[in-house]
Amino acid sequence: MSDFFTVSVLVSVFASGIRLATPYLLASLGETIGQRSGVLNLGVDGIMLLAAFGAYYTALKTDNLWLAVLVALLVGLMVGVVYGLITVSLHAAQGISGIGIFLFGLGFSDLLFQVWVGTPLPVPHKLPKLSIPGLGSIPNIGEALFQHNLMTYGAFMLVPAVMFLLQKTTFGMNVRAVGENPQAADSLGVSVGRTRFMAILLGSSAAGLAGAALVLQGGIFQANLTNGLGFIAIAIVYFGAWRPLGAMAGSLLYGMVNATVVQLKVQGTIPRSASDLASMAPAVITILALVFLAGRVKAPAALTKPFARH
Amino acid sequence: MLLEMKGITKRFPGVLANDGIDLEVEEGQVHTLLGENGAGKSTLMKILFGLYQQDEGEVLLRGKPLSIGSPSEAIDVGIGMVHQHFMLVPTLTVAENVALGLKSGRGALTDLDAVSKRINEISEAHGLSVDPSVEVWRMAVGERQRVEIIKALYRDATLLVLDEPTAVLTPQEVDDLFVILRRMTDEGRGLIFISHKLHEVMALSDEITVLRNGAVTGHTRPSETSREQLAEMMVGRSVKLVPDRPHVTAGEPRLVIKNLEVKGDRGTMAVEGLNLDVCGGEIVGIAGVSGNGQKELAEAVAGLRRAEGSSHIMLNDVDVAQLDTRKRRDLGLGYVSEERMTDGAIGEFSVSENLILVDHGSEKFTKGKFLDFKAIREQGETLVKKFAVKTPSIDTPVSSLSGGNIQKVILARELTAKPSVMVVAQPTRGVDIGSAEYIHSQLIAQRDVGTATLLISEDLDEVIGLSDRIAVMFEGEIVAIIPSEEAERDKIGLLMAGVFDS
Ligand SMILES: Nc1ncnc2c1ncn2[C@@H]1O[C@H](COP(=O)(O)OP(=O)(O)OP(=O)(O)O)[C@@H](O)[C@H]1O
Ligand SMILES: [Mg+2]
Repeated sequence: MSDFFTVSVLVSVFASGIRLATPYLLASLGETIGQRSGVLNLGVDGIMLLAAFGAYYTALKTDNLWLAVLVALLVGLMVGVVYGLITVSLHAAQGISGIGIFLFGLGFSDLLFQVWVGTPLPVPHKLPKLSIPGLGSIPNIGEALFQHNLMTYGAFMLVPAVMFLLQKTTFGMNVRAVGENPQAADSLGVSVGRTRFMAILLGSSAAGLAGAALVLQGGIFQANLTNGLGFIAIAIVYFGAWRPLGAMAGSLLYGMVNATVVQLKVQGTIPRSASDLASMAPAVITILALVFLAGRVKAPAALTKPFARH
Repeated sequence: MLLEMKGITKRFPGVLANDGIDLEVEEGQVHTLLGENGAGKSTLMKILFGLYQQDEGEVLLRGKPLSIGSPSEAIDVGIGMVHQHFMLVPTLTVAENVALGLKSGRGALTDLDAVSKRINEISEAHGLSVDPSVEVWRMAVGERQRVEIIKALYRDATLLVLDEPTAVLTPQEVDDLFVILRRMTDEGRGLIFISHKLHEVMALSDEITVLRNGAVTGHTRPSETSREQLAEMMVGRSVKLVPDRPHVTAGEPRLVIKNLEVKGDRGTMAVEGLNLDVCGGEIVGIAGVSGNGQKELAEAVAGLRRAEGSSHIMLNDVDVAQLDTRKRRDLGLGYVSEERMTDGAIGEFSVSENLILVDHGSEKFTKGKFLDFKAIREQGETLVKKFAVKTPSIDTPVSSLSGGNIQKVILARELTAKPSVMVVAQPTRGVDIGSAEYIHSQLIAQRDVGTATLLISEDLDEVIGLSDRIAVMFEGEIVAIIPSEEAERDKIGLLMAGVFDS
């Protein structure tokens, strides 16, 4: 245990914690927007898998990471259109529709992988680290905070952007209104359907980016690559009380715990075979946090409720 | 002619809500819709505002046929609506609620500073005081109503529908509102006004159309009619407008409130060291301007809001100040909330389920561990008939009942529980006069058999008509207690406004 608490180990755990937090953060920020509009999307994990495969395949064939990220974004957007049509235009129940999207993503991403790739090959290049000039060379702090890939920087910069979007823009105000009292918004001529559809598209695009971050940081695709990460991102939204900053705190918690577990395994402090046991830790923390928060913060009042006029 | 509605028909499952209704509104006039609960007034207005689509009939605005598919289309042609049930987003601020659906002066960004500025101008010009930066959930009902009116004024509607706007206002606020409305008609706007209060209808209307069971049953003008006649046109029989209140000697105190301190939603003290007794066989009415702590007082006695540690609420000699609602109910407390949709009824539940909501565990409605559906149905049928609840069936979800009928369901449930002490907030808000007459007679019948009733109402006539003693509440305290014999409307009005030296 003692060799865990050395500066160099702590710095590297911290750095990889931030890196591992990236897909959680992207997915949970997107889901935060969706849920604030009253739409629960349980399909996040499925979207991430499809987008991750899209990014992986593109990177494998073209070695163009920008293109890979773009493909993942488009995949997310496309699935978002489908989910929006089902839940907003056709008023279907959100819970079961989301599970459908998840199952589709799980199966179809694996199918494409088997048919088009077969043997798992790593992508030629993973997301490169980019040291921020000046800041990146500060001892320890630089390595922990300012030597990351562009998607990690982007994900964290999205936090204030989403805060701004929700609090300061007309669209964000509409999102909050339709998630809380869609009848009232409707009575003032705010289109509940259009607002929710847009929120779903933003959410699923972010889930697409999360898939890209996951696969391009790791460098390889496999069946069920996410291993439930998308569901944890949904839990993080609750944990974060539907606030972008809360989502960031939750994502960092998961990233840090994951990084710690990996480090402890490398050191042999906990056996490698105990992977499930160790990855349970953050889930337990989340449940405890949810119990603690219960009653203190309120979910958007119209969450999961389809809206229709007579 | 500003507006013509011709032959409007609208059916809901099991209900003919509008049955070939004709309505004409002139520019610069107030046209009142009068009718019992469930007569179809709100439905007709929701069709006009694009919230419902009519099955038959047409709408003409300034002679031009119009199909209004959505509220935004209605707003675009200059139709505004103040809804009977608040159409506000509680988690948003006043300014945000007003700005919803409007084009922002800053493009994609909200322009709340400019909106707030205009709200302040409007509220100053019309005497509708609100703070644009406050979130709506922190506001009392009367304040929320002001926000609704500001929302419509802000949109500068040329035809404004007001669906029971006065139900939650104090007499003074109603007078102020009428000044605003008159100013609006002077500018040439047309108004459609809905109210169950006949003196308001007489004071404000130019034209009156009476509806019953979805059809027009009469048309008149204030100069050609009287309150009694209007009541009869509405209900189809003569109605007693002032309740009979036989003399009863009050018994022992059953509800004793000592040094009650309660915090409001904003965290400041809303009730400050309040003392009050209510005896068996007595109705004590609280008179006060909305927002002076009445709501908090009622909720604290009912157990929905925490009373500060030093407070005492003695219910039949047991201090219940720190007990939960269930225990209070078991000790004989009944409660009719002013927030009927959130605290009084469960919208998705059926009428009969709502009617047994508080004693679903009692022997009467259970067989062993299970609910006895036959007994529940029978209870439902009986109460629906007794309280004249207008509903297609007892299985209809409460949320699709008209406003006044929801109130009747709650009252039916609470009154049949035969409480020893009863807290009643706004019992006839939004209830038609026929039903109000019945509810009043029931409250007095309860009193006559010994129930101690604490009545909270913003309808001063109701307070004076029902109460044996009237307690005037101002800034969280009882500032005067007046026996009914000495109650004068004007004197109480002054006390409510905080004028004590006369
Ligand atoms: N969405 C709905 N679904 C089913 N029935 C409805 C719906 N809205 C109204 N109704 C029914 O239509 C009838 C007319 O209701 P409406 O709300 O128009 O009455 P109202 O005249 O406004 O009454 P109140 O004075 O109580 O507000 C009632 O019987 C009501 O139960
Ligand atoms: Mg109505």
